[in-house]
Amino acid sequence: MKTVSFFGEGVTEALHLIVTGDPVVFTIALRSIYVSGIATLLASLWSIPVGVHLGLGGFRGVNFLRNLFSSLIGMPTVVLGLIMYLLLTPKGPLGPLNLIYTPLGISLAQSLLITPIIITFTASSIESVENDIRELAITLGASKFKSAITVLKEGINGVILSIVSGFNRAIAELGLALIIGGNIMVENSGLNTRVLTTAINMYTVRGEFNIAIALGIILLLIVLIINALTNTFRREKL
Amino acid sequence: MTFIELNNITKKFDFFKALKSISLEIEKDKLLGLIGHNGSGKTTLLRILATLSVPSQGEYLYKGEKIGNLYQLKDQTTLVFQKAKMFNRSVKKNISYGLRTKNLPKSKIEKGVEEGLELIKMQDQAEKNAKKISGGEKQRVALARAFATNPELLLLDEPTSNIDPGNAKIIEDAIKKISDEKDTTVILATHTLFQTKRLSDRTAHLYDGKIVEEGKTEKVFENPKNEKTKKFISGKLIT
Amino acid sequence: MKSKNERILITGIILLTIITIGAITTYQNNYRKTQNTITISTTTSLYDTGLLEEKIGPTFQEKTEIETRFIPKGTGDAIEDARQGASDLILVHAKEPERKFLEDGHGVNRKIIAYNFFTIVGPSDDPAGIEGMKPAEALEKIYFKADNENIIWASRDDKSGTNVKEIGLWESAGYSYEENVKDENWFRSTGTGMGKTLMVSDTLEAYTLADMGTYLSYTKENHIDLEVHVDEGKELTNVYAAIPINPKTHNKDFEKALKFTNWLTSENTQELIGNYGKEEFGRQLFHPAVKVLEEKDPENVYNWIVEYGFIEGTECPEKYRYLNFYDNR
Repeated sequence: MKTVSFFGEGVTEALHLIVTGDPVVFTIALRSIYVSGIATLLASLWSIPVGVHLGLGGFRGVNFLRNLFSSLIGMPTVVLGLIMYLLLTPKGPLGPLNLIYTPLGISLAQSLLITPIIITFTASSIESVENDIRELAITLGASKFKSAITVLKEGINGVILSIVSGFNRAIAELGLALIIGGNIMVENSGLNTRVLTTAINMYTVRGEFNIAIALGIILLLIVLIINALTNTFRREKL
Repeated sequence: MTFIELNNITKKFDFFKALKSISLEIEKDKLLGLIGHNGSGKTTLLRILATLSVPSQGEYLYKGEKIGNLYQLKDQTTLVFQKAKMFNRSVKKNISYGLRTKNLPKSKIEKGVEEGLELIKMQDQAEKNAKKISGGEKQRVALARAFATNPELLLLDEPTSNIDPGNAKIIEDAIKKISDEKDTTVILATHTLFQTKRLSDRTAHLYDGKIVEEGKTEKVFENPKNEKTKKFISGKLIT
Repeated sequence: MKSKNERILITGIILLTIITIGAITTYQNNYRKTQNTITISTTTSLYDTGLLEEKIGPTFQEKTEIETRFIPKGTGDAIEDARQGASDLILVHAKEPERKFLEDGHGVNRKIIAYNFFTIVGPSDDPAGIEGMKPAEALEKIYFKADNENIIWASRDDKSGTNVKEIGLWESAGYSYEENVKDENWFRSTGTGMGKTLMVSDTLEAYTLADMGTYLSYTKENHIDLEVHVDEGKELTNVYAAIPINPKTHNKDFEKALKFTNWLTSENTQELIGNYGKEEFGRQLFHPAVKVLEEKDPENVYNWIVEYGFIEGTECPEKYRYLNFYDNR
């Protein structure tokens, strides 16, 4: 009974916050998008080429590597969080970079988290773009490299999907954002690390369920909108 | 010097011998018809000629040069696969693919596309998405696409099998045009005896991985020496 | 054997990655240099009261233009962070870990800022009749009556600060948490946070030990119907202290940390701390400690702070005092 009224109030609160453009909520939401966006960008940079390479296959150890990355998807975030913490802590090897408790720190942690996702899904989609496409490109005169690009282009829908999956995973991640970010919020600061997930967690623990639900709804909306946008993009390609 | 020479080519897949010691000489600028039942090794032979596959044993000489590496002749040869695969682009973009990989100037590319479209009579469908056209149309596009790359050796793997007669005719006419007018050597693997009779200068019969008969098309058809070829031509060999 | 194109691609990727990370890192470090910031490790239970984010941080920033970055974590994690050099100062309420922190040379010039009390809450009809009792006595009564009557005790059982306090409380009542209390059939272990434990207690109509901040928050939001029955007593005393990071062992902003600590103990800030919560929750959440320590009044409270907040008989042992910055207490 109580939960139903929570949702009702939560939805109302959410709409109210969005419509009035509540600055606190908006900066948190934008920060979530920015942090996870950078994470996805970085992860895609190095994951897509690896994924394409694995998808095309034909070399020793390809199955081992694919299985490896596939299982890394299930990496417990607490483990990754601990590793990243030890790396980024001021006394750690990457300490001098001052990345702990900064947005970039979270981005880096998230990018490592989603790398196996992007690699695995890209590899799968490349593989399913029948290898005939690769031979076709080659017999039409393309170099090995160009044929790989052609295969990538043909499988681009799957690749886009893998990137979006990576983003979704990153923005929905709580543990890493908390350990590496610290949920810091100071008005008008450029180094705040409070993102949607950590904010939701904080308000929930404090018993302020309405705001928590409102933020949760906003997080869902962001994910939905991004998925919708990429879907229209995909349809056009086809 | 013969254009292409195959000496005792054998191809094994695990323990299955797809080609058994094939020897063949191919003349330049002629059209060689390759006939045989399904599974006789036509596709395997074509792939080796296109260097999409490497022989397990034997020698492949191309213009006197020994060919042993995968994709070694990718620029000189083009293979049209049995089932046409289209890029997820327009018909035009598909045809121009081979030209674009060569980084030719725009004018040359456009000219090539124009010629290709004319060859297969699809000028009015140039902008259509190639994945959305019919199977027969796809095969036509595949042919134009291969033709546009202007290969020295054009290999066709049963281009009209499972294609409706209308599209098949267009494809055949196109092949004839290519063979007659351009200095392209063509090897055409086919089921359809009419096609071989009409288009090829010489014919080779592949049976169970071996070449059992080879010679001028008229001679092979009128007076086949091999028993199996006799049967195949008279339509008695089903498999 | 990589083709030229592949090599270009790989180089390009590595370059882009380095440039992106490098650019953002530089921006962040620049920001840190140009903007005055102080980083403070603190506990979530203190942070969640809102005092730091809503009053302390903004007021300090207004006065000094220094940005206070509070990093809230569990007590243990917060102190570990500070050991790792992540902060300039710690603001916690756990005497023993603080003592170790000082002993290991990480902090100096400890200053007690405020105090409040844990509270024993329970169903409004108070079946055990512990209203207004001293804490140890209240627990004794609960233990005694629970078997016969419908009395339930809920515990976080998660080794958190509150749980540790609870264990100490049972001890002073004469019972061992592990051996006497946990096995009882009127004992419920939630193994989870304060908020959830309160809600479970609410459902079960149980008694439990809670920190005032979380209790008030949940009551304000109407999640629970429990009432405060015992809210004062030495065993319930919770002492908050600020410890700047030792400049000899860490390269942190000692000057700002001192500034902050001095500001915390200034009259205005002490008043600010004391007033916090009255409007929102109807009662204050914290009691300023500086005056109590100076005037040793009220006597009983002073004694409680000494017992539960002093280390080796003083606010900050001599050996952990740094230069003349520290005034004797």
